[in-house]
Amino acid sequence: MANKRIDQPTGTETVGHEWDGIEELNTPLPRWWLWTFYTTILFALVYVVLYPAWPMIDRATAGVLGWSSRGQLASEMSAAQAARAAVVRKIAATDIEQLPASPELMQAAIAGGAAAFKVNCVQCHGAGAAGSPGYPNLNDDDWIWGGTLSDIEYTITHGIRWESSDATRANFMPAFAGVIESAQVDALAGHVLSLSGKAKPNAAGAQLFADNCAACHGAGGEGMVAMGAPALNDAIWLYGGTAADVKRQILSPKHGVMPAWNERLDPVTIKMLAAYVHSRGGGQQAAPAVPAGEATGDVAHSPKAENDG
Amino acid sequence: MEAVVRRLGLWALVLLAAICAIALTPDSGFAIHMGIVALVAAILIIATLGTYDPLAKAQSLFRMPPGPSRYDDDVIRWGVIATMFWGLAGLLAGVFVAAQLAFPWLNFEPYLNFGRLRPLHTSAVIFAFGGNALLATSFYVVQRTCRTTLALPGVARFVFWGYQLFIVLAATGYLLGITQSREYAEPEWYVDLWLTIVWVAYLAVFVATILRRHEPHIYVANWFYLAFIVTIAMLHVVNNLALPVSLLGAKSYSAFAGVQDALTQWWYGHNAVGFFLTAGFLAMMYYFVPKQAARPVYSYRLSIIHFWSLIFLYIWAGPHHLHYTALPDWAQTLGMVFSIMLWMPSWGGMINGLMTLNGAWDKVRTDPIIRMMVLALAFYGMSTFEGPMLSIKAVNSLSHYTDWTIGHVHSGALGWNGMITFACVYYLVPRLWQKERLYSLRMVNWHFWLATLGIVFYAASMWVAGITQGLMWREYGSDGYLVNSFVDTVAALHPMYVLRMVGGLMYLGGAIIMAYNIAMTIAGRQRAEAPLGDTPHDPVADHPIFAQQAQPAE
Repeated sequence: MANKRIDQPTGTETVGHEWDGIEELNTPLPRWWLWTFYTTILFALVYVVLYPAWPMIDRATAGVLGWSSRGQLASEMSAAQAARAAVVRKIAATDIEQLPASPELMQAAIAGGAAAFKVNCVQCHGAGAAGSPGYPNLNDDDWIWGGTLSDIEYTITHGIRWESSDATRANFMPAFAGVIESAQVDALAGHVLSLSGKAKPNAAGAQLFADNCAACHGAGGEGMVAMGAPALNDAIWLYGGTAADVKRQILSPKHGVMPAWNERLDPVTIKMLAAYVHSRGGGQQAAPAVPAGEATGDVAHSPKAENDG
Repeated sequence: MEAVVRRLGLWALVLLAAICAIALTPDSGFAIHMGIVALVAAILIIATLGTYDPLAKAQSLFRMPPGPSRYDDDVIRWGVIATMFWGLAGLLAGVFVAAQLAFPWLNFEPYLNFGRLRPLHTSAVIFAFGGNALLATSFYVVQRTCRTTLALPGVARFVFWGYQLFIVLAATGYLLGITQSREYAEPEWYVDLWLTIVWVAYLAVFVATILRRHEPHIYVANWFYLAFIVTIAMLHVVNNLALPVSLLGAKSYSAFAGVQDALTQWWYGHNAVGFFLTAGFLAMMYYFVPKQAARPVYSYRLSIIHFWSLIFLYIWAGPHHLHYTALPDWAQTLGMVFSIMLWMPSWGGMINGLMTLNGAWDKVRTDPIIRMMVLALAFYGMSTFEGPMLSIKAVNSLSHYTDWTIGHVHSGALGWNGMITFACVYYLVPRLWQKERLYSLRMVNWHFWLATLGIVFYAASMWVAGITQGLMWREYGSDGYLVNSFVDTVAALHPMYVLRMVGGLMYLGGAIIMAYNIAMTIAGRQRAEAPLGDTPHDPVADHPIFAQQAQPAE
């Protein structure tokens, strides 16, 4: 073209076009650029032979290596399972109450339970198992449905108020709205709070409590594991411990739900979860493990250990 | 006179239809959107009434071009202002959502929660900021490189205002909870239909202008603009194929289901990056870098080869967004190898841009606009290397779903798209408003360094966060069990999220300085300041100390 010229600073010829003052040099393609481009194409050609790549009529080419993402997952999973198989078999064969007798096995169960807890339980019970309003703290020694290894295993297996499970733990505290008057609610709530020293005792409230509540929660508000009735004489409140919270729970009680995990987890994982939760603190020993002689004095104030079920 | 009456009738019809829709729909979000349409129709009626007055006509925003002897720059001036406005809005939304991630109490339900603000941020920066920059520069470049005025000037004005209406409908839709839940394609069916009309009009203006060019050849920037406009039209239409539940409601259902829907979405999503944020912005680069540097483009041959290889390869790379999902293995393989082959074609643009500075490298020291362009090209090169790397399955299994992806996107968006757009706006403003120079070149320098530091904070914190996250997710203890729960990783990332927010604030700060600088330039002011890059030199003082010969010691 007529307008070709040599560009002074670079010594390269221009192509000869010009747009609004912009010219173009006729520099050849940089060699390193071209060869790197060829290399990536070569890599692609080799890769599509080795791995699944080309869609055919009813399926794609499988690739020379026979690799598939499902196959990779299956082999990684089976390798992990094989590595744990011996321990898992031993835990499966051991009765849950006998686990603590073997510290090694108990430790393995707790480790496995901790991992399963992170995946399945933290969403409600929190990463540290400390719970949140409406979701029980698993670190304390207050157990609504019992705190032995087998109690916890049962709760995890069948859930709480889980409709699709026949064996689920279920209780329903009646709503007292409309049953007792508002002045009475104040008195009753006052009495409930007095059980843990948070309010002054009052006779009217005590009478109401004895008539309506003691059957499940116990005369002194110590709770009843068989009924799943929470203890009211301690500082632990699932739905809040202010007078307003207590009144709300009397008038229209909330009933939390926990899934039955046997629908999702295998029995060994549930056993390990029970071991982990038990190890967090406050875990109780099963009644037969407590020698009868020693029990008489101490256990009188903690009926939970005897009334597991 | 009759034309005015006809137009008035049309707008009144639109107004009526919008009011009917408001009255009939049970969907409150849809009703608000129709309210916006009605408002626009009302404004148009008032504006059309204004054209009865010949004086008002001259003053009106909808005035026609001066004539064939001068370029038609009205739309470009509005586009530059819109770019600046939406840029600030989008960056502000970005800083706010970054703050929400670090401090969750900043979620104000329901309108200002993260779920609604995040698409507001992405759409505002990509489609409002980036889109207006592309619209304005494409109309500027196509006129100059074709040596002709815009074809269909009326349609060009419709494209600009129609696009702004699309942005407003999209943005308010997100806040009201109207969304298709398709990333970067959230607006619902009626907004999509509107954008389709606007986009076809855009294509018509651009092609018609090229057809009436007075140059024998089509400049490379126009190839890229054309690829961007045509491909975005195709992507937009296919990905938004959907059936509305009712003509009086916002909700619609996609024409695709399951993994086909996911693949269509990421074919779109990936190529929105490829053709909107890469091809379109390369077009800007191909005009403004040689102009600002006053140098010829490095290699014509490279521009041909890298254009066609980029266009051919990009469109197949989408499946790399769906590695290790239900997408069949063969499609994942092809997505990965096409991404790897895309590395050099992408770098072709960087080489052509950077090497254009051959013979003018000294300007990097003296001209902050050139410096912005060089930084933009460097980040373009970095993120187009990182992209193919992240598409490799082994790397992707670590990086996928982590903040590494966010860091990658932002090194491209803040570094490449943001910086090249800023540079182009700095180039355009004095020329469009016929000013001698910018208000302050030193403020451009401040903008440059604030933005650069902001990007470094942003990208570095997200790289660390992403790799931390990926490693924590896959960490197994010696007994073969997972070590971390998800919430442990969230807690570990908190400091990185705060650093990211700081980076975003710096970038926003730079843009605010720019907005001030631009506004003062348009107002015709010039800041009195020492020129950049002038190292003082006094030849008289430039000599060694020596004893005076004229006076001996004795």
